Amino acid sequence: MSTQGFGATVLRIVRKDLTVEVRSREVAYTTLFFAVSCLLVFAFALVREGRAPEGAGEGILWATLTFAGTLALGRTFERERQSETLRALLLAPVPRAAVYVGKLVGIVGLLLAVEVVLVPLVTLFFGAPLLKRPLWLAGILVTGTIGFAAVGTLFAAMLVRARSRDVLLPVLLYPVVVPVLIAGVRGTSALVDPVFDVAIARFWLALLFAFDAVFVTLALWTFEPVMSD
Amino acid sequence: MTPDATSGSTSTFDFDTVVVNGVSRAYGRRRALHGVSFGASRGDIIGVLGPNGAGKSTLLGIVSTLLRPTSGTVAYGTSGPADPAAVRSRLGVLGHDLFLYPELTARENLTFFAALYGCAHVAARVDDALARAGLASRADDAAVGFSRGMRQRLALERALIHDPRLVLLDEPFTGLDEASASALLARLRALRADGRIVVLATHDLDLADGLLDKALFLRDGRLLEEVARPERVRAAYKDVLGR
Repeated sequence: MSTQGFGATVLRIVRKDLTVEVRSREVAYTTLFFAVSCLLVFAFALVREGRAPEGAGEGILWATLTFAGTLALGRTFERERQSETLRALLLAPVPRAAVYVGKLVGIVGLLLAVEVVLVPLVTLFFGAPLLKRPLWLAGILVTGTIGFAAVGTLFAAMLVRARSRDVLLPVLLYPVVVPVLIAGVRGTSALVDPVFDVAIARFWLALLFAFDAVFVTLALWTFEPVMSD
Repeated sequence: MTPDATSGSTSTFDFDTVVVNGVSRAYGRRRALHGVSFGASRGDIIGVLGPNGAGKSTLLGIVSTLLRPTSGTVAYGTSGPADPAAVRSRLGVLGHDLFLYPELTARENLTFFAALYGCAHVAARVDDALARAGLASRADDAAVGFSRGMRQRLALERALIHDPRLVLLDEPFTGLDEASASALLARLRALRADGRIVVLATHDLDLADGLLDKALFLRDGRLLEEVARPERVRAAYKDVLGR
């Protein structure tokens, strides 16, 4: 039995990460700057005479989120590595799964904040009417972000002491999150179709929910053993 | 196991002895530790001494529960295997890196870890720790602006904030000036008087003179000799490792 509660530990870790980020602004600024830079590169490459290829916006949104999310994951855990504070968290008498959830909540929050900036920019640059169905879009973005971050947080924590962690993280992460990217892109495309098919949108959203349920459960189950050595 | 009313943590788990029995650890094909055994009781200060790569940090990592031994066991008390989280609630670890968040203030660092360990009366406990570290006047400054010595003192208080039974210190004298090193020696003696078990790995052999109840000399992952109460640690080190 752990001596500290799960929820209280999660809250403490989230509050600590938020305080550190507010002071340094390192991860938020670099992630946002990188994401906007990615969008601009795609816009310069693909937009001709003010018109983007049909359906490009949805793919570019998710590709940008994936790249920026990978950067955020790496930077977040680099911070815990520099003074070995991740070891201090693992030494505390708290459920290790709570440490995982605390880090996951922080990363999801950061990526959702980045998405708040990215979505209007994608609409502007690529003419994709992403905000036509905002609630559906929010559902797909939130579930997709949780799925991506659930796998990414586990892998980033596992690799924190690996020498080539910056290379290994995307190599391990991207093949596993392919279903999230496919469901995210196809689900977002369904929202901007001139004829909105609820069944299709619901299917992709359900797929994202299922992915989240499976991978969050797996990560909670495996975080303790993989961090024990 | 006995409950400890003086503990800062809310955990009731406690122990009087630590017994390391035949612990080995391999990293791939390289063996970092070979069958190391020793025991410690309340009030003991154990020195783990040896050249770089001797296995000192690996041994501390295993005793701290962060590393699993490839073979052998570590027993905390006499009542058989305990819940790892309960054991961790009675461990205080000062690593070679300091386990501090540089962006947080001294007070925030101590408060965060005191809360993680479920300490009662966190604010008063943190104030006491800041006073002991000589950082009361810098309590609300970010740790990033501290000298190495100040961070070392803060890190020591972080490791001790929950009154652990077993204190594991990896190079605790690093970066300390003479006055701070003397203060640390006094603190270690106070921990001994208070019934704590201290295991410290250090290269500062002269500072350990007259401090250790037992010195473990390691080389290439093997325990060469266990010397009880060495008065001249450097002489004992040269004698054992020079053979």
